[in-house]
Amino acid sequence: MLTGVFSYRRILKYISCLLLVAFCACSKHQTNVERGNENGELYLGIGAEPAALDPHLTTGLTEYSVMLALLEGLTTLNPETMAVEAGVARSWAISDDQLRYTFYFDPEACWSNGDRVTPQDFIFSFERILSPALGAPYAYMLYPMRGAEAFHRGKNPDFASVGVSAPDARTLVIELESPTPYFLSMLAHNTWWPVHPPTILAHGSMTDRISKWTKPGNFVGNGPFMLKHWRLNNGIHAVRNRHYREHSEVALNGLHFLPIAVKSEERAFRAGHLHLTSSVPIHRIDWYRENQPEQLRFDTALGVYYYMLNTERRPLNEPKVRQALAYAIDREQLTEHVLKAGQKPAFHFTPPNTGGYHAKARLPFDPDLARQRLAEAGYPGGKGFPKLQLLFNTSESHRTLAVAIQAMWKKELGIEIELHNQEWKAYLATRQSGDFDILRAAWYGDYDDPNTFLSLGESENGNNHTNWHDPRYDALLAEAARETNPEARHALFQEAEEILIDALPVIPIYFYVTSRLIHPSVKGWYPSILDNHPYQAVRLEP
Amino acid sequence: MLSIIARRLLQALPTLWIIATATFVLLRLAPGGPFDSEKPVSPEIKLQIEAHYGLDDPLYVQYLHFLGNLLRGDLGPSYQYAGWEVQEIIAQAFPVSLELGLWALLIALAIGIPLGVLAALRHNQAAESVLMAIATLGICLPSFVIGPILILAFALILDWFNPLGWNFSSDRILPALTLGLMYAAYIARLARGGMLEVLNNDWIRSARAKGLSAWTVIRRHAMRSAMQPVISFLGPAAAGLISGSFVVETLFFIPGLGPFFVNAALNRDYTLVLGTVLFYAVLIISFNLIVDLIQMWLQPRSRHD
Amino acid sequence: MTKEKREEKVLRCIQQSPGGVAWKRLCRNPMARFGGFLFLAILTACLIGPLLSSQDFATQDLARGAEPPSWEHWLGTDELGRDLLERVLTGGRISIGVGFAATFVALLMGVSYGALAGYCGRRIDTLMMRFVDVVYALPFTMLVVVLTVTFDRKSIFLIFLAIGAVEWLTMARIVRAQARSLRTLSYVEAARASGASHWRILRDHLLPNLLGAVIVYSTLTIPAVILLESILSFLGLGVQPPQSSWGTLINEGADKLDIYPWLLIGPAALFSLTIFSLNFLGDGLRDALDPRETHR
Repeated sequence: MLTGVFSYRRILKYISCLLLVAFCACSKHQTNVERGNENGELYLGIGAEPAALDPHLTTGLTEYSVMLALLEGLTTLNPETMAVEAGVARSWAISDDQLRYTFYFDPEACWSNGDRVTPQDFIFSFERILSPALGAPYAYMLYPMRGAEAFHRGKNPDFASVGVSAPDARTLVIELESPTPYFLSMLAHNTWWPVHPPTILAHGSMTDRISKWTKPGNFVGNGPFMLKHWRLNNGIHAVRNRHYREHSEVALNGLHFLPIAVKSEERAFRAGHLHLTSSVPIHRIDWYRENQPEQLRFDTALGVYYYMLNTERRPLNEPKVRQALAYAIDREQLTEHVLKAGQKPAFHFTPPNTGGYHAKARLPFDPDLARQRLAEAGYPGGKGFPKLQLLFNTSESHRTLAVAIQAMWKKELGIEIELHNQEWKAYLATRQSGDFDILRAAWYGDYDDPNTFLSLGESENGNNHTNWHDPRYDALLAEAARETNPEARHALFQEAEEILIDALPVIPIYFYVTSRLIHPSVKGWYPSILDNHPYQAVRLEP
Repeated sequence: MLSIIARRLLQALPTLWIIATATFVLLRLAPGGPFDSEKPVSPEIKLQIEAHYGLDDPLYVQYLHFLGNLLRGDLGPSYQYAGWEVQEIIAQAFPVSLELGLWALLIALAIGIPLGVLAALRHNQAAESVLMAIATLGICLPSFVIGPILILAFALILDWFNPLGWNFSSDRILPALTLGLMYAAYIARLARGGMLEVLNNDWIRSARAKGLSAWTVIRRHAMRSAMQPVISFLGPAAAGLISGSFVVETLFFIPGLGPFFVNAALNRDYTLVLGTVLFYAVLIISFNLIVDLIQMWLQPRSRHD
Repeated sequence: MTKEKREEKVLRCIQQSPGGVAWKRLCRNPMARFGGFLFLAILTACLIGPLLSSQDFATQDLARGAEPPSWEHWLGTDELGRDLLERVLTGGRISIGVGFAATFVALLMGVSYGALAGYCGRRIDTLMMRFVDVVYALPFTMLVVVLTVTFDRKSIFLIFLAIGAVEWLTMARIVRAQARSLRTLSYVEAARASGASHWRILRDHLLPNLLGAVIVYSTLTIPAVILLESILSFLGLGVQPPQSSWGTLINEGADKLDIYPWLLIGPAALFSLTIFSLNFLGDGLRDALDPRETHR
């Protein structure tokens, strides 16, 4: 019935109309890379939207990578060698007892509105981040400064007691609690950076968290670039700051930070819409390795991926069981076939070459020994072993790794592990409550020193959720904190690491690597373990 | 008609209040808080942070505070994105999602209805099977499959479009297709079903017997009733379409509202969740009202209900 | 009684009952027959296939990860070197099971709710529909997260509950709209005038006429449910690895489409075939059950 209403010719007409509309709209545009190379603007993928651009409130690497363009501390790090270089301070003097640092300001150092950067700005900034009312998560980074901890913890509400002063308009003096060898490199961290006091006060009080000062138009910074445009999930555009102290040395005219989801970044790069990505999907690594190795960049990162064991739960309270689990993992197989980006298998906890320290302790991969340990613990061949649960936060890579390890434990030890994933916040809550058997975890070093890793095993450490404590271990780390001789200090760390690798409250799996795709026209982007890439050094050479 | 609208708008207020309250409760039942992070801060600092957002008050005070602000039209600051107001985020992102959603809706209707009607007209013929197979394909290929396929084919291999972005008019095509094709498939199936119901009715047969042309019969008589299921599907569907899709907007890097719905919930960004949920609720309620009005107009008999 | 005679009698009985008439019509429809056979074949493959194979869906061979289809691995291997065919088939058990069970839950809730609201009309209708609005607007992610902490997350019922909680809403709206238009039709009014009870009218007059729309929508709901399951497992609810499901396999495969296309093609093909077969079956069923098609 009713044939002829929709004749085939009519359908054909209809479809061709649709196609016509589609084709009219489709016209090729210049790619971002082409446009960027013409205008001297760099397009970077940053993987996620930064939570904030306030140097005193942020904690993440994403935020750091954006703020690095907008602000600058007393010192900077050389992009290639990571050596300490001049920043706002052109030079400095250190007292003989290493407790008093005097910084002489660069007269050219200016805010993006033309104001001179003054020592008073830094004092204001230190007071701001240390004020308990601000609730700055990383305020403890300033604790080496005399009186900072007491002020931050509210024990001494008078900021004048903190060891910072400005004898004149171009000099800043910082006094320390104790000699701190890495103090100058610490100053390059965003917690030590200044904010522009009049801008902060124009949008609220000094300690207001909910403030609009970081919005484009409001933001006043002292970095090589200034904030031009910011739209959530769309991008941040920063342009050359004409008032920057070394303005003529900066090669780029602008930066575009694009929070493209990690899954889509590679496609954007392939189509020429990004100069740099924040990561490379695992399944794409082999392809680039074979076809365009020059666009692939791996940097060792200061981070370890590990499994945390709840040592209060049976049978994980038995060290032999923990050893069995740790010895049965074939880490080289994992790094080669599952992770693929050149990660190093972790046979100890502290990443190699952390502050010049190389751990000597070694975990074996020895299935026979692992089976033996399991049998000694009373579970020969995995018989009678309870079904433990391995918890990870939802992510394909964590899952793939967990599935691979689950199979290794089953094959080598004959035990069944149940996998369980939770979304990030639920995972954090579970971790905090301690309601887990085995938990995936990771740690990125805050600074380049073994202490940032090994302190995780201390009884009192807030990030030690394993319930494991060893007074000997705590004593060793306490001693290391007092020791000023680097060699003796490292020896203490070696001893502590031996204890950790023998007791195994944590099972290290691998050491992180940052992988990126980089367009050949980008020059001056050097490897960096702290993922610190100052944009002053970056050039575009099409 | 006006009284119906007025009554429905009056009903909307308690509905919105219940939605707001239920969401508020859900948020507080969920594990983890907005300021939990990889490296946890000390309890004292956390208290200080929470004090900025009034999270240190007793729960009922927070609730009353929230309702009070809501009545004044203030959705509060986002917890995750420091310095951004929830209203500001919605105002910036919604127009983008609206545009994308309207294009997708247009595609869905332009493909879905002819496909469905045609299939119904060719009932029990080979053409019907082919048409319905096409429509079914759209259901089998959800947006997270269609999207990458379209990008691969049209952006990376053929190089006709940008693989992502929202800067040029041509950037609208792939995402709108991705989003629209699935809805087109749904609409085609519902339209076919509705059309078949109607075509079997005696009054259509008698209209045909009276010698009216097939096209006239469909346009004047059948269309109205046949589109019933499509229209009741369209109410919530349109609200969903224009409020943004997480998958499509993330995949194509479009600054719309979709990603905020999911990310706000995952970040426990209480104010942003409440703001987006209420905004979505207003959209749904208005679209359902519009749909009901259209149905009343199409079917005058149910008007005196 | 001879065998033939008995069969004849049974056949006649079937032919006379309304269900039998529908069944006969369904069998006459070639597309529906095709769909039915196809679906049975897939179901059998999922249930029996993994038992026949020498490989296990969880067996890994890391050195042979992500290999294209070969004689040894018909659909290729995934990145951990597991046989993809095995994973698709065992995943099919879960996905088909969840798809049907959750759709059934949604169907039961949606149809009874929608029919009741549409039939009762007035205040009750208004109240019931505003409730639907409320549930519709609630953030699904939060709902699932709260469900996972409130209940035992390993419970399969939680999956049905979570999926049912969203999928019944549209069903209820569609059914309610149909019921509203049906209740004013002359034969329903006649039944009411002749003193039939509400329940009788609902059962005898409304529900049979709703079947068409309900079946069409159910065949749309099953694929939606199967894909929704992958979102649930993102939130930690539902299938846990190494067990797989079609939703998660397709989701992962789609990301790696341009490098390892077989990771998408295998699972997506089987999923699509299932949905096709169900749709043909559903369309046939709709036609067969249509009370107005008798005099054709």
